[in-house]
Amino acid sequence: MHELPVTESILKIVLKHALMNNVKRVTAVYLQIGKLSDLEDEWIQRYFDYLSKDTVAQGAKLVIERMPIMVQCSGCSTSYEAEAAKLGDLVCPDCGEKEGTLISGREYYIKDMEVQ
Amino acid sequence: MDEVRMIEVKEEILADNIQVAAGVRARLQNTKTMLVNLMSSPGSGKTSLILQTIANLKDSVRLGVIEADIESKVDAEKVAARGIQAVQLRTGGFCHLDATMVTQGIDALPVDDLDCVIIENVGNLVCPAEFDTGAHKNVMILSVPEGDDKPLKYPLMFSICDLLLINKMDYLSLSDFDLSALRKRVMVLNPGIVILEVSCKTGAGIENWVNWLSAQIETFKGLK
Repeated sequence: MHELPVTESILKIVLKHALMNNVKRVTAVYLQIGKLSDLEDEWIQRYFDYLSKDTVAQGAKLVIERMPIMVQCSGCSTSYEAEAAKLGDLVCPDCGEKEGTLISGREYYIKDMEVQ
Repeated sequence: MDEVRMIEVKEEILADNIQVAAGVRARLQNTKTMLVNLMSSPGSGKTSLILQTIANLKDSVRLGVIEADIESKVDAEKVAARGIQAVQLRTGGFCHLDATMVTQGIDALPVDDLDCVIIENVGNLVCPAEFDTGAHKNVMILSVPEGDDKPLKYPLMFSICDLLLINKMDYLSLSDFDLSALRKRVMVLNPGIVILEVSCKTGAGIENWVNWLSAQIETFKGLK
């Protein structure tokens, strides 16, 4: 639902780096977004295509790496991946402990971009 | 054809908002005004909770309210009718408040003379979770009729809050809401969260909420 303001922020950061690096064209942007975020990849790309018209980033492809939701076991401290819908029924794959703490899955990050 | 190369960006997508939010926090730290961001689904009881808070703390805490609503002014009018400073932000279709919008609200309030400002965010469990408003404390309400599975559907929201209020406890006996399952789901996402059970309608448990809020304000005002 909030893809538009997020996409505006992405474009602003991309254009800033394009200017700093004297770029003619941005061909791809590599993002890392945690699986806890509800952003829809397809809509981010659509908004980006719309907003980036007539800029050096026009036509750039957004490559979104979905970062896993990681939980640390309260029993043996092992870190393991969990699905969002199963956070209520955790079982540690190593020791069977059912309690755990969320350690990642909220990333919102631009890693790098491919340019000409 | 120009050579293709990679540029390192390494930036948070919402860096701008994070920066504005930090500015809001620092500014209100100076005026010793604690900012509380109140979030929930539509109809969970945000306005009712604010009205209960006013009724209980009016004489001991100088309160202000920032109301976010897509189009109407109903909530701000209800709050202002109780003699509390209130600002209505019209988000014009936006699904959340960001720190820049909150700044407009702060500008319109006499924050030098307020101990606490409560933001009534847009009723939505998705978008407000992603945007730092500059609040010192994030509070959310989940009401019993919404169900105990909400942490599984909106994990991000539950992961960012300092306090979870379970409202409409007066409905509990009529529902299959499982309090212990809810607690377990929430604790995985956010082990530090405080969970309180209230009913804005009957007033049950409201004392615990106002005590929590008063204690937070006291601690906040004691900070340099």
